[in-house]
Amino acid sequence: MTLTKWTAAEVAKKVINNEELFILDVRNADAFADWKIEGHQFEYLNIPYFELLDGVEEILSDIPTDQPLLVVCAKEGSSVMIAEMLTEAGRDAGYLEGGMKSWSEHLEPIKVSNLTNGGELYQFVRLGKGCLSYMVISNGEAAIVDATRMTDVFINFAASKQAKITHIFDTHLHADHISGGRQIAAQTGATYYLPPKDAEEVVFDYAPLVVGTEVKIGNTTIAIQAIYSPGHTIGSTSFIVDNHYLLTGDILFIDSIGRPDLAGLAQDWVRDLRETLYNRYRELSNELIVLPAHFMIIDELNANGTVSKPLGDLFAENHGLNIEDEETFRSMVTDNLPPQPNAYQEIRQVNMGKITPTGEEQTEMEIGPNRCAVR
Amino acid sequence: MSLKADVMLDAKGLACPMPIVKTKKAMNGLTEGQILEVLATDKGSKADLAAWSKSVGHQYIGTTEDGDVMKHYIRKCSNDAVVEKQYDQIVQLDELAVKALEGGIILDVREEAEYAFGHIEGAKSIPMGELETRMEEIPKDQVIYVVCQTGRRSDLVAQKLASSGFGSVFNVIPGMTEWNGEVKTSL
Repeated sequence: MTLTKWTAAEVAKKVINNEELFILDVRNADAFADWKIEGHQFEYLNIPYFELLDGVEEILSDIPTDQPLLVVCAKEGSSVMIAEMLTEAGRDAGYLEGGMKSWSEHLEPIKVSNLTNGGELYQFVRLGKGCLSYMVISNGEAAIVDATRMTDVFINFAASKQAKITHIFDTHLHADHISGGRQIAAQTGATYYLPPKDAEEVVFDYAPLVVGTEVKIGNTTIAIQAIYSPGHTIGSTSFIVDNHYLLTGDILFIDSIGRPDLAGLAQDWVRDLRETLYNRYRELSNELIVLPAHFMIIDELNANGTVSKPLGDLFAENHGLNIEDEETFRSMVTDNLPPQPNAYQEIRQVNMGKITPTGEEQTEMEIGPNRCAVR
Repeated sequence: MSLKADVMLDAKGLACPMPIVKTKKAMNGLTEGQILEVLATDKGSKADLAAWSKSVGHQYIGTTEDGDVMKHYIRKCSNDAVVEKQYDQIVQLDELAVKALEGGIILDVREEAEYAFGHIEGAKSIPMGELETRMEEIPKDQVIYVVCQTGRRSDLVAQKLASSGFGSVFNVIPGMTEWNGEVKTSL
């Protein structure tokens, strides 16, 4: 039977196209419980590879024959071994090239919409980690918001669109993933913007991202307008793109809201978070399409794979926007919070430029789900 | 530092799944109770070796790190029929702390590596295999509480001590595997 190598991009297509897949995850039970490849129509079996060293016969009856079979492990090696054993036992089996490491790093660029005067807006969906980045392209120029550290993907994508990257923004100092903003700026000569209130400890030069910061991409009128929206961090900033899209960073998600504790000041920032969600955002048009910096669960993906929803819908449906009592709200966002993201303090240090881990260390730091939200 | 092991396996530079595959093979060459030291650089090997050991019934003792190199210690256990304990003077583990306050010596007869990764404060370490040659280190005028991992080795040692003229010897059961109190390490 056939042994097939799958790339993370091929698995991503299965997620986005809502297709069936049977995943045999041969990592430790703990690792599987912590995070896995999520798909609308995926089924799973978790048996650690080291329990299959004597053969796979015992699990054959648990693996359906009417769906494609993908064996997944942390890096690749174990999944190749088990997939080979399965093919020898008469099954077609695939393995994921690069394992969960490559899944965590895969970015899927999906077009959100056309913008005025021929501009385009793309969302880069990092399915394995739940991170969302954005690229605005217009007339040979590009701006990026909340770039992840897979910098080549952004640089190559802009090149494929014959666009020069001119502006790079981070909505806030990230704690769940390593920003690629500074590196892309260094490679392309673009200007890298950070909110100064989040950047007090950074050790590199940046352009201050402040209220009213407004840039034009290309020589057309695609405006990127900054709005101060603290709460997840004290400097958190939102953007309105082309008067139609609201990039909310880690303040407001589709089915949840930002958590205020990752920089250690939950109690202080609750009021800011409430002010942003219940007052500042209420003054904006309900027609704006919300584009967050994260998603938590696969159900937040639209049919085309993007993550977006009108602000008015979120005011009606998002639980975090519908808590009348301030004390109840305070309690929800400060008590019983989910576990913090893996290595979040070290990740903040990297994003401040204070430490420079190797590529492998960066991968280790980012392993696992992002956990930036409270529901 | 290196702890005493019976067999050493060098799995440095090998990526998953090879450290476990090699460990499994190497384990076949050990006899029950012997300790395997596995050198590895694959970061995932620690969690995987611990989980694998548990799944097949070996005792994962612990891991030390020396730069990029991890040293894993595993003791071979077989799942053969449980051996009846012979020695009838016993102390329950949860009574040990109270009993020991009245004096006496806690004698830990597990291997050096097992002791190093966690023992009761004040316990004296003499691995079972060294008992014959080091018996004079044990005072005859004190109560001896013999402890090991599960109560099997301590059962044998307690018998040996009692027949060698030690007057007050107790086997502590079940053993360190059930110990919930504080432990000291000597790594």
